[in-house]
Amino acid sequence: MMDTTRFELTAAPHIKGPDSTPRIMWSVVGSLVPVVLAATWYFGPSALLVIAAASLGCLLVERLFGPGGSLRDGSAAITGLLLGLTLPPGFPLWMAFLGGVFAIGFGKLVFGGLGQNVFNPALLGRAFLQAAFPGAITTWPDLSGPWSALRGDNFALPLMSPDPVATVTGATPLGLMKFEGVDTEWVRLLIGSTGGSLGETAAIVILLGGGYLALKKYLDWRIPASIFLTVAVLTQIIHMVDPTKPTPVFMLLSGGLMLGAVYMATDMVTSPTTPKGAWIYGAGIGALVVLIRLWGGLPEGVMYAILLMNAFVPFINRVTQPRLFGTGKGVMS
Amino acid sequence: MLNLFGVTFRHGVHPPDSKSLTDHLPIRRMPFPKRIALPLRQHAGKPAKCLVRKGDRVERGDKIAEADGFVSVPIHASAAGTVAEIGWWPHPDGSMTETVVIDVEPHSPQIPRPRMVPDWHGLTADQVRQEVQNGGVVGLGGAAFPTHVKLSPPKDLPIDWLLVNGAECEPYLTTDHRVMVEYPDRVHFGIRIMMQCLGVKRAVIGVEMNKPDAIKALQDTIPTDLDVTVQPLVVKYPQGAEKMLIQVVTGKEVPSGKLPMHVGAVVQNVGSIATIAEIFETGLPLIERVVTVTGPGVKKPSNLIVPVGAMLGDVLAFCGGLTDDAAEIIFGGPMMGSSQPDLRTPLTKGVSGVTVLTTAEVKPKKTYPCIKCGHCLDACPVFLNPSSLGILAQAGRYDEMWDTFHLQDCMLCGSCSYVCPSNIPLSQMFALSKTALRKQQQAAAAKEKADKEKVA
Repeated sequence: MMDTTRFELTAAPHIKGPDSTPRIMWSVVGSLVPVVLAATWYFGPSALLVIAAASLGCLLVERLFGPGGSLRDGSAAITGLLLGLTLPPGFPLWMAFLGGVFAIGFGKLVFGGLGQNVFNPALLGRAFLQAAFPGAITTWPDLSGPWSALRGDNFALPLMSPDPVATVTGATPLGLMKFEGVDTEWVRLLIGSTGGSLGETAAIVILLGGGYLALKKYLDWRIPASIFLTVAVLTQIIHMVDPTKPTPVFMLLSGGLMLGAVYMATDMVTSPTTPKGAWIYGAGIGALVVLIRLWGGLPEGVMYAILLMNAFVPFINRVTQPRLFGTGKGVMS
Repeated sequence: MLNLFGVTFRHGVHPPDSKSLTDHLPIRRMPFPKRIALPLRQHAGKPAKCLVRKGDRVERGDKIAEADGFVSVPIHASAAGTVAEIGWWPHPDGSMTETVVIDVEPHSPQIPRPRMVPDWHGLTADQVRQEVQNGGVVGLGGAAFPTHVKLSPPKDLPIDWLLVNGAECEPYLTTDHRVMVEYPDRVHFGIRIMMQCLGVKRAVIGVEMNKPDAIKALQDTIPTDLDVTVQPLVVKYPQGAEKMLIQVVTGKEVPSGKLPMHVGAVVQNVGSIATIAEIFETGLPLIERVVTVTGPGVKKPSNLIVPVGAMLGDVLAFCGGLTDDAAEIIFGGPMMGSSQPDLRTPLTKGVSGVTVLTTAEVKPKKTYPCIKCGHCLDACPVFLNPSSLGILAQAGRYDEMWDTFHLQDCMLCGSCSYVCPSNIPLSQMFALSKTALRKQQQAAAAKEKADKEKVA
């Protein structure tokens, strides 16, 4: 007789699909590598330094205060990279590090860790930095120097503001548009040879990474599609009424919209779970972006647009539950 | 209506079908084992009433237990021998159940006792149902629901469709596949009798497209005087779920909480149909069935005709035994089957296969928190929200799961667990939640009764 004690007793199903949470997270990290490389290509070593400092802050806090082994799930690494990519190249490293600490500590762990947070942690980290260091975070360097030159006072001492003399300021396409009414060629926006935050500038690289993730179903394509569509339609209407307002192409390709729409708004934890919800959520973000950019006090509004819509996600989920099989209505209705 | 490129339902999952281990192997007959165990409860409904006593001699095909009421079927001896004991024995559902154990006669030719073969011509619906119940026929797809009950729709519900389920969407299993390839005429004969009994004009056989040989065999043998269509189905799990099959073929959704007959459909597993045909061909009741013994943990995967009540250990031994890394034995397929701890457990009427997985497949996986990816919502074939249900299950809020999130519509197909990247055992938690709710309701009912008695 065979020995029966060695047999497993588990409940069905007994097989499991290939996807896992770490696999999803590390795939996102992998798809961000080209974006980081593009940033380094345009901004030089400063880019790597800022991204590394932000990531270090994220990883350190996750390691110290997160549940054991949670570094391995890859989610803190994503937050670090994304936060770094929203910062200007000349940003002081100690501030970037602090942003990372805040992003994971207050953006994720206080809510209960992975899967529990309401707001996108990277954007919350950036919102904190924007409130704490409004000057440094809107200081855009001039890109005329040699590739290896630092783009600002990256090594400002902790608790010190960056030295204004070390920074030769340039301008971003959105700033030029908002404050001086100057347009930027769309090809330059597409390939990213413009001023701005690290990850704001290479629309095409971001789209490729997002396309890969969408194919793997690691992000919901409906969200960026809905954002792009809303921004394009609204801008086109406004542009037709008032031709001094920017064109849809400019609006889509400039600023943080690409990075935000593809990588931030699609964060699984803080976006709706239902397909219909994804469309509504994306439309909300798109409308807010247009509203803030064109009529708000700031040149850029992607961050606040996403954070605001994050807050609506539980509500959106509630009202967009799928229709049950064999009934005319959804659950919870 | 017939779509040659296959039709399918919304949502669902794509596990590897793993059928190449056995889909080309002809059905072989397993020799009679030394002992067989026949539980009195092998079907949904009331257990059968035992008719034999210890020491009784039985012939192959003799009735050893009779149906107890309408939702019940008799049980027949699947081999000639002597009743060795009647007592508690391990059952595929994990419990111990009253079982008739028969010592099989070693040198018997095992020729069934001669019996009346009912002539199907001109039989009334009631007579057909009676023969089907007398034959002990249950759904062979796994649920083991007495077939004659399904053939008895109330008078006010007209039946338009006979759907024959040959989807066999469970990975690994090739039981129905081989029946369709090797006995297509028997399937059509069974359909003819079913159509006569139900008074329906058309029948559709649904077959997943990973069985082209079965589709062809059935198509080539359709009797000219019957309106039978073979509908190719897209390979997707759970295509063979009753509600999915009906929706795909008729375009109608079975309303929540209702039965297929409420949309004018009766669904029968293709194996059950073939068994019914056999009753009217040979008079033999359901005493043997086709079983796929498969999986990477079995040395010689096979499609077998096995006497009902053959024990797991004997069946595995006939298939060359287990590999060294065999880790889990499942009755049925890996998506909805149940693990078996005991090799004495008999293969009852509802066991469609034995799947043995190895350590590589059943390695425990680390669980992560829910990341709200929504993959489970995209998988659920009845459009539930497994993510929310899972959170409620963990919090023990079973009432809310039922009242607000329609747990009752969950058929435990396991698609949500299969896709969950965080390895959250969703389907497993839903099964437990259903049990917990049932217990709560029973306790509440008992308490109410006790209170009433107290007042009185």
